[in-house]
Amino acid sequence: MTGSDRDNAFDVAAAKLRCKKHRKRILDMTQYVTALHVGGAFSSTEIVDCIYYELMRKGSNGNPVGDDAPDTFLMSKGHGYMIQVMLLVDLGILTEEHLRGYCTPHGILGVHPDYGNPGIEASTGSLGHGMGMALGMAYAEKTRGTKGTIYTVMSDGEVQEGSTWEATLMASSLGVSNLVAFIDNNNMQSATFTTDTHPSFYPVVEKYQAFGWEAVEVDGHDSEAIYNAVANRAGDKPLLVNCKTTKGKGVSYMESVPMWHYRSPDPEEYKQAIREIEEAQ
Amino acid sequence: MRNMFSKTLFECATDNPDIYIVVADISPAGPMMDFQTNHPDRFINVGVAEQTMIGMCAGLALKGCQPFAYTIATFTLYRPFEMVRDDLGYQNLPVTIVGMGAGVIYSTLGGTHHTMEDVAVASAIPNMRVLAPCDPLELVEATRYCAYQKEGPVYLRIGKAGEPTFTDTAVDKFEFGKVRYIQKGTDVCILSYGTIMGKAMEVARALEAKGKSVSVVSAHTIKPLDRPGIEAALAGHGQVIVVEDHVPEGGLSSRVKQIAWDIQAKCKLHTFTLKDEFIHNYGSQDDLLAAHGISVPLILDQVA
Repeated sequence: MTGSDRDNAFDVAAAKLRCKKHRKRILDMTQYVTALHVGGAFSSTEIVDCIYYELMRKGSNGNPVGDDAPDTFLMSKGHGYMIQVMLLVDLGILTEEHLRGYCTPHGILGVHPDYGNPGIEASTGSLGHGMGMALGMAYAEKTRGTKGTIYTVMSDGEVQEGSTWEATLMASSLGVSNLVAFIDNNNMQSATFTTDTHPSFYPVVEKYQAFGWEAVEVDGHDSEAIYNAVANRAGDKPLLVNCKTTKGKGVSYMESVPMWHYRSPDPEEYKQAIREIEEAQ
Repeated sequence: MRNMFSKTLFECATDNPDIYIVVADISPAGPMMDFQTNHPDRFINVGVAEQTMIGMCAGLALKGCQPFAYTIATFTLYRPFEMVRDDLGYQNLPVTIVGMGAGVIYSTLGGTHHTMEDVAVASAIPNMRVLAPCDPLELVEATRYCAYQKEGPVYLRIGKAGEPTFTDTAVDKFEFGKVRYIQKGTDVCILSYGTIMGKAMEVARALEAKGKSVSVVSAHTIKPLDRPGIEAALAGHGQVIVVEDHVPEGGLSSRVKQIAWDIQAKCKLHTFTLKDEFIHNYGSQDDLLAAHGISVPLILDQVA
């Protein structure tokens, strides 16, 4: 049970093109917004794109987001919101006008997801809240027979929150197999490397398996691998996909450099970043 | 009270399939067992995991359910506070968090099990409403309100077991957001809420024995507080007494004082609260209240 209604082969080229577009749009925004979580958005790009475009089933309007769209995406790592915004723009749920109002008094978009805004299923920003809410959503879908799948993306730093583990333990105990969680495991949190500060966080997959989840690890920038991880699941337990990613992926000077957690490139850096994204294979 | 809550919620859940209850390490007994037996999918025990209790309730509500979170008051509100604030308050979801055994009811368990400042904490959260029924009958009304309302989160502050009934002959009916006169007099008005209402009634009897005509009011809706109702009580009596098992800051007493100042009330105003101190002594609930200046003789000493 993938939740996907696709019947064609995975279109790798189309996914790459979309992800390039998302990254360039985010870079464009950095030139009129002083600070964005660019690094974390770039590490989540393929994951979030895959969820919306490949995994979530579509409603009657042909869109994975809408009143009768069966599945739900909840961005638990709220600071990765910018990539969700770009997907919602791409899907026509948010508009360029919304982007122009980002973090301004006349806009509705801020740095973190705000429930009530178009396409936003839950407010996040404080870490460790998404898994509990996603569990409640998945349990509602399961017990009401509505059969929706809940997708959520956490950061690796976020998995240090005790609340995440509480809900992880409960999810498998309740048998919510319609819950699919991704860890955007970019090995960084703010200004440090997770492998340095929390070596005991690893191995991740085995931890989730020990908690009663089905768990796999993939290259988090390989859209097809992300898709296949969900499509090929056994499906009788909640699924954790540990996505190995690179913070700032696609821009050489940003990749795994802590200061790009929350900084905008200057005009020269911007040009270089756009060039690198465009030239990437 | 907890059995009456469970019985009422079970009845509501039979009528309303959206109702779920998420409890944290509460063993179902009595009417709660009926809920679990008859609606097993809608009874969830998350164990000792209060953050998940609130987070799950938020997720259920985001999918259209009408969830209740239920455990001992300290653990419904304090332990998962940020989930209560962000998941329920910020998103304005119709979730009722039930604080059972509130105040100092768990009188021998120490300060970890006392909720002395819960009304202030819950009231400070935007969108949160606070309900504290004074007896099992009023709890039935409050629970029914929570079981169907879709406006936003509610903190429902309740007792535990063996509370007497005061509202069977009440002058007013229960109405959310309105003070409720249990009895109406002309000289003195006693304002209270929750399970400490017994003290208010005893004080009323003692004052009546001295020839006073006494009103007793259940201010069951602490937030939003019925400001016109409080103003009328202040204006309509020569003496007003507030009794609450809550610290001085942020409870009913401080709100009534504020309103009294705003309207330049002419009445005498006495407030009896817990002290702004943790309690390190043990005994009965009455023993703890008395240690903080709340007993019928101590109140009468000051007001009679």
